[in-house]
Amino acid sequence: MRIRCPYCGERGLEEFTYRGDATVTRPETLDQTAEAAWVDYVYLRDNPAGPHREHWYHGAGCHAWLVVTRDVRTHEILGVELAGGPA
Amino acid sequence: MSNITPQTSQNDAMRYSALSILANGLRGNRGWTPAWREPEPKAEYDVVVVGAGHGLATAYYLAKEYGLRNIAVIERSYLGSGNIGRNTTIVRSNYLLPGNVPFYELSMKLWEGLEQDLNYNAMVSQRGVINLFHSDPQRDAYARRGNAMRLHGIDAELLDVEAMRAMAPMLDFDNARFPIKGGLLQRRGGTVRHDAVVWGYGRAADARGVDIVQNCEVTGITVEAGRAVGVETNRGPIRAKKVALAVAGNSSQVAAMAGLRLPIETHVLQAFVTEGIKPFLDHVVTFGAGHFYVSQSDKGGLVFGGDLDGYNSYAQRGNLPVVEDVCEGGMALMPAIGRLRLLRSWGGLMDMSMDGSPIIDRTPVQGLYLNAGWCYGGFKATPASGLCFAHLIARDEPHPVATAYRLDRFASGRVIDEKGMGAQPNLH
Repeated sequence: MRIRCPYCGERGLEEFTYRGDATVTRPETLDQTAEAAWVDYVYLRDNPAGPHREHWYHGAGCHAWLVVTRDVRTHEILGVELAGGPA
Repeated sequence: MSNITPQTSQNDAMRYSALSILANGLRGNRGWTPAWREPEPKAEYDVVVVGAGHGLATAYYLAKEYGLRNIAVIERSYLGSGNIGRNTTIVRSNYLLPGNVPFYELSMKLWEGLEQDLNYNAMVSQRGVINLFHSDPQRDAYARRGNAMRLHGIDAELLDVEAMRAMAPMLDFDNARFPIKGGLLQRRGGTVRHDAVVWGYGRAADARGVDIVQNCEVTGITVEAGRAVGVETNRGPIRAKKVALAVAGNSSQVAAMAGLRLPIETHVLQAFVTEGIKPFLDHVVTFGAGHFYVSQSDKGGLVFGGDLDGYNSYAQRGNLPVVEDVCEGGMALMPAIGRLRLLRSWGGLMDMSMDGSPIIDRTPVQGLYLNAGWCYGGFKATPASGLCFAHLIARDEPHPVATAYRLDRFASGRVIDEKGMGAQPNLH
């Protein structure tokens, strides 16, 4: 598996660290009212068998956080963008 | 409850023994009959168990211990095609936390009596499992683990380096970076032939009237008025009073058919076997300074594994960086294996739960039961997982040793995190 980093170009898997599902969002508040939303964010995952948006960190390269869209049935990379905004 | 199907009596007549092998051998081995039937699925069962790994054990104990008779196990491929045929065959009960220890020890006890119980040679080999340590703090950690085990009545011995040298002289004791200082030994741990476990449970469940339906993939779970009443499959609908899911690796996919979202990610774990060599390694050994564990199969191959690849995957195959990492671990531990050729490597799909521990529980959908989240510890758990899941399905209450494996523990904060890694599945 090779990932095409927007800054560094196509690099081997061993340069990157995996963080996980990029579709979950951190709740805005720590209020009791948001407890269910926090459980969802920390623990529950769609875990799809197909295209998956996920965070990768290019630790042995440019240190950028990436959002990679990857088909988890085949490991085919469908798209790479910077996590902070449009590349 | 319906009656046991007539074919079952054939299996009762075919009890395996040294005498039956001899007698059949003398008759040119023409007298053997299939070890289980291949029935068409019936329209309705009392319990449909999905998944023929832990699910086969579940069905067996439902029939044997809880007296249920009208049971089907449905498997999307052939028996042994999933994780129960893809593991590294290790069994042990060297856990630390109270929620885990009694459960895995029950499993260890069931392994010890499994072959007699099933009348099947599963090649249970209590050759001992050794966790090496390489520093004083690591010795303390393993002493603590060993003490926790002994407080639960489980055997554990802390070995010094001289005892280790006597047991496994091929290890690199004087490694400059990670010298071996000793090991924690569980003598009762060891290996079990994984395929024979599937076949043994399959045959024994079949003999008690369980219908094993292979090549039958669940495509939907039928829910009526908040209650699971059956499954849709590629071989037609099957009604059921209770539906039990034991499909680790694909739990999220199947549970989603009933609208559930689980605290699980699916990851790939690779395993490896070398060409066969003469007897070399007597025990199961785990490296304490890297992730590498190894045993020698009865055919002579070294069976070993290491870390997860670390990313979500349903591909049943991994990538090369982990192959390299695992082999480096092996070379650091036992340089003598450096010229061995790798015979095969393969991947299995791990239900990585958010705390590294399994789930055996009811679900918010009435009549739907969940057995999931085995991470890469599912094989050793097979007997106890089957028994506890059967208990839950039959009695609608958890088995006493599995009360901690609740689905709601993530929301309530009662997680069971052996490694203290937090909600990051690829680190468990």
